[in-house]
Amino acid sequence: MGKKNKVALPKQKTRWNVYFKRYWQLYAMLALPLIYLLVFKYLPMRYIILAFKEYKLNTKLWDMPWANVKGQTDYFKYFKTAFGNVDFRRALWNTLKLNLLDLIAGFPAPIIFALILNELCFKRFKKVVQTIAYMPHFLSWVIIASLVTQLFAPTEGLVNMFIAKMGGTPIPFLDVPKNWVATYIGTGVWQNFGWGSIIYLASIASINTELYEAASVDGAGRFKKMWHITLPGIRPTIVVLLIMNLGHIMGGGFERPFAMKNNLVMEVAEVIATYTYKVGILQLKISLTTAIGLFQSVVGLFFLLTANWISRRLGERGIW
Amino acid sequence: MKIKSRKAVFGDWMFVLLCIIISAICIIPMLNLAAKSLSGTEYLIRHEVFLWPKGWDFEAYRTVLSDAKYQRAFVWTAILTVICTLLSLTMTALCAYPLIMPGLKGKGLINIFITITMFFNAGTIPNYLLMKDLKLLENPLVLIVPACLSVYNMIIMRSFFYGIPDSLRESAEIDGASFFKIFLKIYLPLSKPVFASLALFYAVGRWNGYGDALMYIKTAKQWFPLQLLLYNILNNVNAVEVAAQEGFMMPGLKESLKSAIVMFSTVPILLIYPWLQRYFIAGVTMGAVKE
Repeated sequence: MGKKNKVALPKQKTRWNVYFKRYWQLYAMLALPLIYLLVFKYLPMRYIILAFKEYKLNTKLWDMPWANVKGQTDYFKYFKTAFGNVDFRRALWNTLKLNLLDLIAGFPAPIIFALILNELCFKRFKKVVQTIAYMPHFLSWVIIASLVTQLFAPTEGLVNMFIAKMGGTPIPFLDVPKNWVATYIGTGVWQNFGWGSIIYLASIASINTELYEAASVDGAGRFKKMWHITLPGIRPTIVVLLIMNLGHIMGGGFERPFAMKNNLVMEVAEVIATYTYKVGILQLKISLTTAIGLFQSVVGLFFLLTANWISRRLGERGIW
Repeated sequence: MKIKSRKAVFGDWMFVLLCIIISAICIIPMLNLAAKSLSGTEYLIRHEVFLWPKGWDFEAYRTVLSDAKYQRAFVWTAILTVICTLLSLTMTALCAYPLIMPGLKGKGLINIFITITMFFNAGTIPNYLLMKDLKLLENPLVLIVPACLSVYNMIIMRSFFYGIPDSLRESAEIDGASFFKIFLKIYLPLSKPVFASLALFYAVGRWNGYGDALMYIKTAKQWFPLQLLLYNILNNVNAVEVAAQEGFMMPGLKESLKSAIVMFSTVPILLIYPWLQRYFIAGVTMGAVKE
């Protein structure tokens, strides 16, 4: 590398020949991944235009008519339909609400757990605790949902049996909307706190140990050190991850809400991803759900770019 | 001085206790499930099983193991996972390795091309229509090809490659080794940790995933991955089609059957991940701290 440019070659063509003779292998390696991205990430983007068109089976994309109301072209018909629809507005609200609650409950949990682990002085014990805490991350949402339904079942669930034994009244964890939301968020915390702590532990490990020694000499206790050394030490990591998580506030996977929902709580459990599946793929309202998807992608993009911009302004690295 | 050190010891034990409680919360659901799957029907009906099986009974496991549908889904998902992992690792390496070469022309453009896909997604329906165009609906390939490269994982691998000293590569270049040879002889042998870590990520993703199958495969039930079959069984979507349907008529056995099926579908991953802990910690850390 580098040297090819230093030698002034007589002709441009020869220079390229020399370059390609050496570098063609790299382009050959890149070919497959780039074709993959082109086909599976870029090619579907042309269907976004369906958000402004009337979808018709067995018609070429470009021949489908523009969205219209009784012949009157209205490009934004499907966006209006979506926002005029109570179900969609509810799904949108639920998406934002569940994501925000996830962030509020789920974001501090790994930090606190990392701080707790950091205080353990028994190496082997710490390792065992870590291994156990990572376990929930490796369970599928189908399995987690089945664990939750079994554990929190109204009468025969382990938790309610315990509550009954302690003399309390059983709580309908999954049948009442409010309780379901709490269970959903709690499950998210349970699944992620261990895994999320990895990054903070690494960040803690990179703090200069001399700081702790100096603080001990000055008589600082365990919690003083935690507050004045450890937390400031991992602050950059916290800030970046918080901003990045805020950037994903419009997103949200499909598998978790789909596995956890049940018919009694659909008013709080339906999110955009599950709504799109129901209306788009099962009921085949293609134009409507494409419009919804476009709305979500554009708003999501806005949030992500803003998050990234803020992260860079603060002197941290963005995600690219 | 003496008082101080005794206090510290007490504090340490408080944290140990806290960690024991946290670990218990993580592991009790699984232990309860395991106990249920191994317990006799009469104890399950009376809800007497907590963490240890009562009236040991392997009937549930026998039923699940002899269920042709379950066997099929298990083997198919295992094959699928191996294929997906190998393919994804190859694709990831093919994408990450060239991008660390300083002399590569057009790298900026390629990076932009890749980064855009991280920020903007066409959406569920356009993706669905693409699968339809490519004749991938109801096709087992839909579970392999569309997810065979994760840009996020590619960035992790690229960070790892950046960490390998340039001098190694440069001395090989002076010896006249081609880029491909440098990859095979230098980068591949040195990258075991990142390959192990990403292999786990990809494998877990495939083993646990069911969303793609739910969307793209409706009638070709023979291609259902394990988790989708499990979802259908647990939610009684196609209760009639469950081969062990007689079992599902009896409340006690139903409980242990469900537990046994869930245990079987989870145990493979639970057996593997603790051994790869060192590697995936490195993987996660690399993905977030560095670029």
